[in-house]
Amino acid sequence: MPVIALEKRPQPSRAWAWATPLLAVVLTLIAGGLMFAALGKDPFAAIRTIFYDPLFDPQFAGYSRPQLLVKAGPLILIATGLALGFRAGVWNIGAEGQYIIGALCGAATGLALYPIEAWWIFPLMVVAGALGGWAWAMIPAILKTRFNTNEILVSLLLVYVAENLLASMAVGTLRNPEGGGFPGSRNLGQWASSANPELIADTGMHWGVVAALIAVIFAYVLLHRHMTGFHIRLTGQAPRAARFAGVSPTRLVVLCFGISGALAGLAGIFEVTGPAGQITIDFNVGYGFTAIIVAFLGRLHPVGILLAGLLMALTYIGGELASFMLNIPAAAIQAIQGMLLFFLLAVDVLTNYRIRLGREARA
Amino acid sequence: MDLSSISPALVVASLMIASTPLLLAALGELVVEKAGVLNLGVEGMMITGAICGFAAAVETQSPPAGFLAAIVGGAAMAMLFAVLTQVLLSNQVATGLALTLFGLGLSSLLGQGYVGIKPPATARLDLGPLSDLPFLGRAIFSHDYMVYISLLLTLLLWWVLTRTRVGLTLRAVGENHDAAHALGLKVVATRFAAIAFGGAMAGLGGAYLSLVRVPQWTEGMTAGAGWIALAIVVFASWRAGRVLLGAYLFGGVTVMQLNLQAAGSALPVEYLSMSPYLITILVLVIMSARRSRSTAAPASLGKPFHASA
Repeated sequence: MPVIALEKRPQPSRAWAWATPLLAVVLTLIAGGLMFAALGKDPFAAIRTIFYDPLFDPQFAGYSRPQLLVKAGPLILIATGLALGFRAGVWNIGAEGQYIIGALCGAATGLALYPIEAWWIFPLMVVAGALGGWAWAMIPAILKTRFNTNEILVSLLLVYVAENLLASMAVGTLRNPEGGGFPGSRNLGQWASSANPELIADTGMHWGVVAALIAVIFAYVLLHRHMTGFHIRLTGQAPRAARFAGVSPTRLVVLCFGISGALAGLAGIFEVTGPAGQITIDFNVGYGFTAIIVAFLGRLHPVGILLAGLLMALTYIGGELASFMLNIPAAAIQAIQGMLLFFLLAVDVLTNYRIRLGREARA
Repeated sequence: MDLSSISPALVVASLMIASTPLLLAALGELVVEKAGVLNLGVEGMMITGAICGFAAAVETQSPPAGFLAAIVGGAAMAMLFAVLTQVLLSNQVATGLALTLFGLGLSSLLGQGYVGIKPPATARLDLGPLSDLPFLGRAIFSHDYMVYISLLLTLLLWWVLTRTRVGLTLRAVGENHDAAHALGLKVVATRFAAIAFGGAMAGLGGAYLSLVRVPQWTEGMTAGAGWIALAIVVFASWRAGRVLLGAYLFGGVTVMQLNLQAAGSALPVEYLSMSPYLITILVLVIMSARRSRSTAAPASLGKPFHASA
């Protein structure tokens, strides 16, 4: 009987490690095209509108191109942090919650000082945002290290707690007293002391994008040039060996959650002072969850994450354009993003295994 | 706050309704985890079941057809997970997350035309004189058939897992897949079946939400119920009877906070709404702290199996 058998490679294939994300993107385009055809849309027009027009269409590119960095910034910032943990087998999947709490803490710090005009207010808010995200991530981390509580479930459940806190703050404590009773805080983007403006006109570059680039460089150095990074990689690949080598699992859990929480908090505060402008009930749009896809698509490597973040940002912008131009529901983009992660995990088998076609050996 | 407006019989009745989706999904995940597989995609399978069941029930005007479609939808999603983790040997945590993210997107795509529609009513089971009992009749014996099916399934699963050969095979595969393989048990086939069952049950739980508990379709309507079901399995120390206890406990918390909201509690609505999640976390902490030494989890839980060696 001819069979397809998998044979474990002694070393993961370097060539496939590069090729699998590309292969996954191609497969997603094909499956996505089929999905659009099933929705009764022209698949080629849809794919072109999502992946080409936002960058090169003369009519829309002027608006869309800067949006690329605006959307990629928080995704890269969050995914870089998450990837450190994923490498070590530490699963922080509650970045969405840490993002919300970072935005709330930072915004609250700023609003407490309103309407002072001073240069130090924005940096102070950024620090408060990072601390907020860090503190929210410390809850699952400490419960994990003290009581061995499952960090996946706790970090995820805390997202729902954070969403309720956000709703409470938007209609209560942080509501704009001059907003005529509408929910939502004062506009932080319009107050000079707290604004996170576009740094270079028409590029979408704001302080959050700068922070994302710094985070990528920092993560690269940490992972590949520093002992802690070696410990992270070792723990992920061979937990027992890491323990014998004296790596403290407790320290790694606290470290990975701390870094990823702080980065998610930063993404939150840069978003609320810039592109979003204010705390509202629906302030969070799922960057914390999409960042999980970005981290895997980038193969948990800082440079890969940079590229994956840009691609995922493109699907967001292209999705908006497609819903506007072709009346394709926004949910279709979410489904495509999920599909991408599926295909990526599926083709990853090629990196770690060799496929053998042949006859089953007789027993 | 006016607590006298809360009727005890209605509280018990709504507790049973609120607990049923959690119970169904958690029982499914219990079987999956007993087979040594960690499927974190419960939320995604639940919401897929919710929309498949809702759409089928609306189109055919028949709730049983809806529940059937939900079973198929949930199991189909689970098969994606099974192929990826069992054949292509992908990471179970990442694949489960992918299932949830994909399910949330797919369901809101499928649900485009179904917002704001009322589904056909699911028939109540007529239990004769039992339904006429004072208090108990209203509280316990006047529900739709799914409530009783979920209770029977709990009993059935307890029996299968602890008293039958099928259960023994399942547990052997989950405790030590290499030993089970050496004994000639079909590890991958057993796990495929368990994962499909888990998906079907999660789908059923989702359809119960959209057809009976709410009953209507809204995007993201499971709102973490799948994650709470995962927590219930941990809370239950991987035992069927305790899954029932856990599901009713969490259903009870949900109903209590909704009743307090309606009665005009001094606590703001948002803080009441977050209470089920906080209590879930608290329970997880207590359970893990008490079990710090010996663990009740299946020994091969979440580990990949590759039979080449």
